[in-house]
Amino acid sequence: MSLLEIKNLHVSVDKHEILKGINLRVNAGEVHSIMGPNGSGKSTLAQALARRETYNVTSGEVSYNGKDLLAMKPEEAACEGIFMAFQYPVEIPGISNAYFLRSALNAIRRYRGLDEIDAMDFLPMFREKLKLLDMDEKLMNRSVNEGFSGGEKKRNEILQMAVLEPKLAILDETDSGLDIDALKIVAQGVDAMRNPERAIIVVTHYQRLLNYIVPDFVHVLVHGRIVRSGGPELALELEEKGYGAMEAEARHATPA
Amino acid sequence: MSTNVNTIHDLADREYKWGFVTQVEEERVAEGLNEDIIRVISAKKNEPEFMLQWRLRAYHHWASLEKAQAEPKWANIKYGPIDYQEIVYYSAPKQKPGLTSLEELDPEILGTYEKLGIPLEEQKHLAGVAVDAVFDSVSVATTFKEKLAELGIVFCSFSEAVQKHPNLVQKYLGSVVPYTDNFFASLNAAVFTDGSFVYVPKGVRCPMELSTYFRINAANTGQFERTLIVADEGSYVSYLEGCTAPIRDENQLHAAVVELIALDNAQIKYSTVQNWYPGDKNGKGGIFNFVTKRGKCLGVNSKISWTQVETGSAITWKYPSCILQGENSVGEFYSVALTNNYQQADTGTKMIHIGKNTRSTIVAKGISAGHGQNTYRGQVKIMKGATGARNYTQCDSLLIGDKCGAHTFPYIEVRNSTARMEHEASTSKIGEDQLFYLRQRGLKAEDAVSMIVNGFCKRVFRELPMEFAVEAQKLLGVSLEGSVG
Repeated sequence: MSLLEIKNLHVSVDKHEILKGINLRVNAGEVHSIMGPNGSGKSTLAQALARRETYNVTSGEVSYNGKDLLAMKPEEAACEGIFMAFQYPVEIPGISNAYFLRSALNAIRRYRGLDEIDAMDFLPMFREKLKLLDMDEKLMNRSVNEGFSGGEKKRNEILQMAVLEPKLAILDETDSGLDIDALKIVAQGVDAMRNPERAIIVVTHYQRLLNYIVPDFVHVLVHGRIVRSGGPELALELEEKGYGAMEAEARHATPA
Repeated sequence: MSTNVNTIHDLADREYKWGFVTQVEEERVAEGLNEDIIRVISAKKNEPEFMLQWRLRAYHHWASLEKAQAEPKWANIKYGPIDYQEIVYYSAPKQKPGLTSLEELDPEILGTYEKLGIPLEEQKHLAGVAVDAVFDSVSVATTFKEKLAELGIVFCSFSEAVQKHPNLVQKYLGSVVPYTDNFFASLNAAVFTDGSFVYVPKGVRCPMELSTYFRINAANTGQFERTLIVADEGSYVSYLEGCTAPIRDENQLHAAVVELIALDNAQIKYSTVQNWYPGDKNGKGGIFNFVTKRGKCLGVNSKISWTQVETGSAITWKYPSCILQGENSVGEFYSVALTNNYQQADTGTKMIHIGKNTRSTIVAKGISAGHGQNTYRGQVKIMKGATGARNYTQCDSLLIGDKCGAHTFPYIEVRNSTARMEHEASTSKIGEDQLFYLRQRGLKAEDAVSMIVNGFCKRVFRELPMEFAVEAQKLLGVSLEGSVG
């Protein structure tokens, strides 16, 4: 059984249909990359899987870990092990990064019937993950994302992923706004979290992130549909030819 | 989105947990206000002549204001006319005269405070907090009196202070808030029945938090208490008040006065957690809270700090203020005001800089949810002689949902060119994006809102004594229940 199975998923935002029938299977241990031009629906797919309520699923089915994902609230999906790294992480003034993350971890632990973790046990673990992402310890006590640079925000997302240890991680354009050094650190952080129990979906415009996180599968999303799927070589082909050719193919492939 | 909206509503619909009524035999005077009632109140309290005369002057002043329909109308609040002749101005639980120990206190009343989480038995109480409990109009118990007396600290009910320390009362009563100050302060001066009195002698640092817990119980009564705190030279005191009331359909009037006096090098820290019954979710019932609070930094290097967390009352009208008279004196105001459902708050502060090098800080956080209307009104006045005065004001509003309102009216008046003034303000809304972010990390919608609100209030909570900061956080959570969307 696949960890994630998406069947004919249609999603609308403000009554505009963005996703027009997505089919995708993701097994534990795999890394999938979703690529596509602006406005193709990549982020919509990520948000819909994270159960954002402003993204309206009009038809289709999604099973996750044998459960109906579409019946879950965002916090239930999170507690079931779905994590999304945001393209635009929000700021939460007055709440420290460490406190926030411990609260999130404990919410998930409570959901799973585990004991809450106290500050004494949490901090050493947190410090270790900070090191992994080459982040300053001072970030622990700063308010969540407040006054963080673009790069720090993205690193902070991956830090959260490292602490929350999801079964399915969805990275929504995590590479955007990163310089090449930061990109490397973030990508290596993600790559270090690959394991046979975890699946990762990397949503990106560019091939460059995939130099560090080499995907098992690449899917090209155009106009709300997956028009091509393949191995990592597909990303290279895209880099060379651009999306234009595939958009043309897409038009041929789907006569109105 | 609909789930979000529902969560906000669920939060707002949570019940007021302190709304029970205690069955206790009470002694009350007839409804209405006239000179005879004032005389009855004064006689019941066996007051010296100066008190009666002061009350009568206050009453006549108030009566002239009432006749001239001079009830203040400038605040950004709406309410129907109050019939001052329908209110009972004195209600007291019947108890034996000359109560000397807690064992003699009516067990019903003792039980009330226990239910509220305010145990009056000293051995059970939080270490380091002495409590004065005011039930309807009278003080029913004051704990740790003897221990404080060893240090020369007076902490007792106002009535007792009038009997035992008439000189101090006569010297300071009305010296910060005169009975002519405003409509509600005049009314209070005429009819106030009790409250707390604190005197900290020279050089004494009060070793525990002093706390008064106000409870309105009887129906159709007004509560008019008066608190007077005098910190003598070089002394320090931290004082906290809490308030609750039963759920009733009609509005009840609460018009209190608090006066603080800090002499040379003295410090007073005054914290309030106000949780009067706010009315139901349709805006029926609730306390009208018209309160005058003012501190005078009379001595050099003195400091008065107000911290308030206002979550209750149908209407809140209060402006805890500082008159910075002594050179180098410091005034502070830290406030969180929350309005949910149909609550209205018009609150803020006045910082009057008179002495040289006086400094003031204002941090006001307003949270509006449901149909709540929240107004910050603040005045900073730098007088001619206040060379080197400084003020920092920060005023932030947080909106939850799209039916509430936040309003800000800062008044700044500067008559000395050396003054330095800073004013920062912001308005934000708890957005769907913020909520989604927190929920995506596993937090429930209401916990997410509560986290955002607590973060927003952090600067103020930091000023509260530890135990009360925890209480305030919980209270905000409860008061916001049903407000998430």
